[in-house]
Amino acid sequence: MDYNKLLNRTVLDTKPSGIRKFFDIAEKMNNVISLGVGEPDFATPWHIRQAGIQSLEDKKTRYTANRGIAQLRNEISKYLLKRFDLDYNPDGDILITVGGSEGIDCAVRAIVNPGDEVIIPQPSFVCYEPIVRLAGGVPVFIETVAENEFRLTADQLKKAITEKTKLLILPYPCNPTGAIMTAEDLEAIAAVLRDTDILILSDEIYCELTYGENHVSIASIDGMKERTVLIGGFSKSYSMTGWRMGYACADVEIMKQMVKIHQFAIMSAPTTSQYAAVEAIKNGDEDVARMRNQYDARRRLMVNGFNKIGLTCFEPKGAFYAFPCIKSTGLSSDEFCEQLLKRYNVAVIPGSAFGECGDGYIRASYCYSVEHIEEALRRIELFINELKG
Amino acid sequence: MNVKLLSLLEENARYSLEELALMLGSDEKTVACEIDELRNSGVIRGYRTLINWDKVDNAHVTAIIELKLTPQPDAGFEDLAEKIMGFDHVESVYLMSGGYDLCVIVTGQSFQGVAMFVAKRLAPIAGVVSTATHFVLRKYKDNGVEMQDTEHDDRESFSF
Repeated sequence: MDYNKLLNRTVLDTKPSGIRKFFDIAEKMNNVISLGVGEPDFATPWHIRQAGIQSLEDKKTRYTANRGIAQLRNEISKYLLKRFDLDYNPDGDILITVGGSEGIDCAVRAIVNPGDEVIIPQPSFVCYEPIVRLAGGVPVFIETVAENEFRLTADQLKKAITEKTKLLILPYPCNPTGAIMTAEDLEAIAAVLRDTDILILSDEIYCELTYGENHVSIASIDGMKERTVLIGGFSKSYSMTGWRMGYACADVEIMKQMVKIHQFAIMSAPTTSQYAAVEAIKNGDEDVARMRNQYDARRRLMVNGFNKIGLTCFEPKGAFYAFPCIKSTGLSSDEFCEQLLKRYNVAVIPGSAFGECGDGYIRASYCYSVEHIEEALRRIELFINELKG
Repeated sequence: MNVKLLSLLEENARYSLEELALMLGSDEKTVACEIDELRNSGVIRGYRTLINWDKVDNAHVTAIIELKLTPQPDAGFEDLAEKIMGFDHVESVYLMSGGYDLCVIVTGQSFQGVAMFVAKRLAPIAGVVSTATHFVLRKYKDNGVEMQDTEHDDRESFSF
């Protein structure tokens, strides 16, 4: 059979992730020291794991309501009000999803018609573009730059808007750049959108991981909530990546449509994980604070390390990545990462994996112990010195 | 008081001034001054190494001893606590709520040595009403550190 003729054209045309080849190289090597992961190094706090175990002992092993258990939606509603001054009705506006990613997929599919343009600032998380394309949307990229702390500006946004613009994806705090948007930055974006019908998909999965100032949600800005789908989740904040627990919040009319997709594609998010998530959001504040403090210390260490080596690094204020510039080496991101991996056994991700404009940068995660980070930096320094000759 | 500095030192007392300054977003001179102050004011009591003695051939025994005391006129338990903590074998002394008064952690080279220490040194002290000695058989976690072999990182090398 000629599968190339049989299978879905859009899927066939979707490129597999660019880091696949690095995987293959790393797999065959010993002693690889990686800064490549996008997940915390902490185990899920024990009281949260226990809550999951308890739910199994209590025979909570069935489907839940499509939207997720009421208790969890209630807790999320309370949390968003307390933490970010957002008022979402737990019975109409909140959907429990399989990780943040499912929420992104549901939102895009519920909003985008074929041919609609979706604005995506880059470098940013890898899933936006394929999800938009699979929904028949047309991605329109905006290149955010280090000189501007990788923020999206009102001017850039204005220039990208056309009659076909349906949705803006707002990926802050940002993976891979570590950029955040302050209330002032968001106000400028809101001013551009206020008199339009453009919707926003605000991916706030890293909202608990900001250093210095608290995260602000665009939904808390005047006139924005009605047009925003907010994506949140437990993976990064509570170190729960494998539990696949996320949520989406939106106006009830948008949510009704998203729930249909979720209901037919997923049924309900994993039951065990939902009960664990209730424990996390009710009693996990201390864990979040402890982990945030650790990330903050490692962040400073890593950023300083890169700058000292001569790889200029913008100070990330959120998430858990450093995004240093490697243009001074004359190599592309891909070449840099491949050589670094093969010669010094250090794994980092090329910036180009997060959009073409990410070329010239690498993403290094600081979800590792201090010793690990220092050893990786030591090897990167040797590599840079060797390149200099 | 610089709680972040203390947390870092508690996590790893061997961080250099440079590392500490970087992680705190401060400078080495300031950090050095802060550490001096914390030492002088008695907040930092010392720096020690966490050792898993089970892995060392040298026999090493730990016991937790519950002491019931008769409080002394005027001094309460203070005088007795001071007498007890003077012994080199005594690692920790805590005043407790609940069923007994002092928790004394004693280390020695053999079960017998520790038992003799309790019988000959602690029990006869005037004011000690009774002792109950519990030997530690295995330390799973000590001072916040797991004593088993280090877990390996089971994450993939790459993920987005």
